[in-house]
Amino acid sequence: MKIAVTSTGKTIESAMDPRFGRAPYILIVDDNCNLIEAIDNSANVNAFRGAGIQAAKAIADRKVDMLLTGRCGPNAFTTLEAAGVKVGIEQSGTVREAVERVKKNEVSIADKPNAEAHW
Amino acid sequence: MKELTVISGKGGTGKTSISASFAFLAKKRVLADCDVDAADLHILAEPKILHQEAFFGGNKARINIEKCSSCGVCIENCRYDAITGSFVVDPSSCEGCALCHYLCPEAAITMEESLNGKWFISDTRFGPMVHANLIPGQENSGKLVALVRNQARLIAEEQNLDMVIIDGAPGVGCPVISSVTGVDHVVIVTEPTMSGLHDLKRAAQLVRGFNIPISLVINKWDIHPGMALEIEEFTTTEKISLAGKIPYDRLVTDSMVRRKTVVEEGRGPASDAIIEVWEKVNQHIYQ
Amino acid sequence: MIIAVASGKGGTGKTTVATSLALVLGNRAQILDCDVEEPNCHILLKPTILTTDTVNLPVPSVDLEKCSLCGKCGEVCQFSAIVLIGKTILTFPELCHGCGSCSILCPEKAIREIPRNIGVIETGFVKDLDFVQGRIRIGEAMSPPLIREVKTKINRDKIAILDSPPGASCPVITTVKNTDFVIMVTEPTPFGLNDLEIAVEAIKGLRIPMGIVINRSDIGDSSARDFCNNNGLPLLMEIPHHRKVAEGYAQGAPLIESMPGYGHKFKKLSDDIQMIISESYEGASI
Repeated sequence: MKIAVTSTGKTIESAMDPRFGRAPYILIVDDNCNLIEAIDNSANVNAFRGAGIQAAKAIADRKVDMLLTGRCGPNAFTTLEAAGVKVGIEQSGTVREAVERVKKNEVSIADKPNAEAHW
Repeated sequence: MKELTVISGKGGTGKTSISASFAFLAKKRVLADCDVDAADLHILAEPKILHQEAFFGGNKARINIEKCSSCGVCIENCRYDAITGSFVVDPSSCEGCALCHYLCPEAAITMEESLNGKWFISDTRFGPMVHANLIPGQENSGKLVALVRNQARLIAEEQNLDMVIIDGAPGVGCPVISSVTGVDHVVIVTEPTMSGLHDLKRAAQLVRGFNIPISLVINKWDIHPGMALEIEEFTTTEKISLAGKIPYDRLVTDSMVRRKTVVEEGRGPASDAIIEVWEKVNQHIYQ
Repeated sequence: MIIAVASGKGGTGKTTVATSLALVLGNRAQILDCDVEEPNCHILLKPTILTTDTVNLPVPSVDLEKCSLCGKCGEVCQFSAIVLIGKTILTFPELCHGCGSCSILCPEKAIREIPRNIGVIETGFVKDLDFVQGRIRIGEAMSPPLIREVKTKINRDKIAILDSPPGASCPVITTVKNTDFVIMVTEPTPFGLNDLEIAVEAIKGLRIPMGIVINRSDIGDSSARDFCNNNGLPLLMEIPHHRKVAEGYAQGAPLIESMPGYGHKFKKLSDDIQMIISESYEGASI
């Protein structure tokens, strides 16, 4: 399983960033917490609208199964849903801690967005 | 942590004077001036800038006249009439859609990022404040509003503050939508005029669309008690909570001239009324 | 001739000035309310509305039968309003600016444009004065396309008075662009001065002649007058604070009706502006 995690840094020991579209990095890892790719999301951080949509597309294009983040807005959620990516929300701590919660089945999967569109 | 936005629909109703008074009355708060088109909160807050960053808005097209063959494809297809007959892009009309960039057969058009303003984190006598300057005539204030709000929220989270007080923009468009989406409570400041009521209805409709509770304040209510009554009736039929009525008081303008909020300048009719309004709004937020 | 009435700060009396100026000009004028977020001219003028037209923005609709899933549309869209996800194309109409890039650049011609309502334009009259206003749909963020549409109704044979939105950003620039003169209304307070400086700076770039009207001129301080002197801007008119003006406005009465003495002041304002415009054209032709 491929998991995407919004992160403040490039390693799996980095603290998570609760924001989705405007997180500086999105890390792609496998179930055993091996880092597959660190997506530099900085171009998106200052994007006008649609940061969430672009980040969601980047994840969808990499055939990720699950996203772990803090908040996810409606446009990003729609995009992730269309791509069949499960969205685990209200996650915090380090990237490694979040991925380990997935293994223990402690991540709640959202059935709707949990943030407003930020325009 | 709660986010509270003060908006007005109509301009000039006293929104910023009331936001600044709330800022003085609140404890453990951060201020966000999201009226970035006409930012006035800094006049009363007198911020000491601690950190500043440039703000880049959208892209604008630029034509390299040496490569241009004057074929006119860009002019024909631009829906914003942003390219003149002499193949110069007018930045005030360019939306940054990049269609001309993709269509130009000579690859003579590039998209360049435009510097649209600056944003600041400052220290004030009301606590931390995030504010911004849009370069006059530049666009994308909605994005800048979102940026200012996000920064204020981060500060509140880092410093464990209880409230973000947001001075919103007038109107019902892009910057206002940006300043109210997802907040916990909205205070609408209106005045007892037909325009005030008209614009209040539109602003209330907007905030309702986002399912956010509203407190209404009628400022300068005694300028026209009859209209004030009509606005009160509107709040009853629409089930909007009336947080209070503030009388016209020259002290508000006088204290503004002294760069102070009216509540800092001792007791008076407006000052007393604002303190009551603030207590009511708090009850409403924390009930 | 096109005259825009603008103000950096809201609530300074922009609509009061625009409506009274239009009323004294009568059948020689046309008023267009470009403050589409909060159009208020109709409150003071009580026009008879003759036509109401919806204004639409073209947004994409994808024919998936023709679509080859190449993703070009998503690459070219600068606003994330269309995006290829797996085997489907998602559109976000509320993010679309209606530029047409996706449909024009689609190699399969699989994208057509469908209308999305952003507001209405109403036209009518007040006695012998022509009236036009735009009103944006609540929740809609894109006012410039609607303002551009309002401006297509300008009658070149008349003196068009545009009531601009307040502030200094895109909706204001869209309104005052290609006008012959801008009346900037302000009030003599620190907030008024700060917003006046910003708005004047924004309009300077467009090289349109400008003049200032100070409303409630006897409150606050002398900063607005000093600003006119220091920047060589003509001070066109001062309107002192008067209870009858405030009461009249509250009830929806135009200034020249609650203060009949102002009729000739607004006529003079119009003459002064025409003089400045003709001088600036002579200056330009030399």
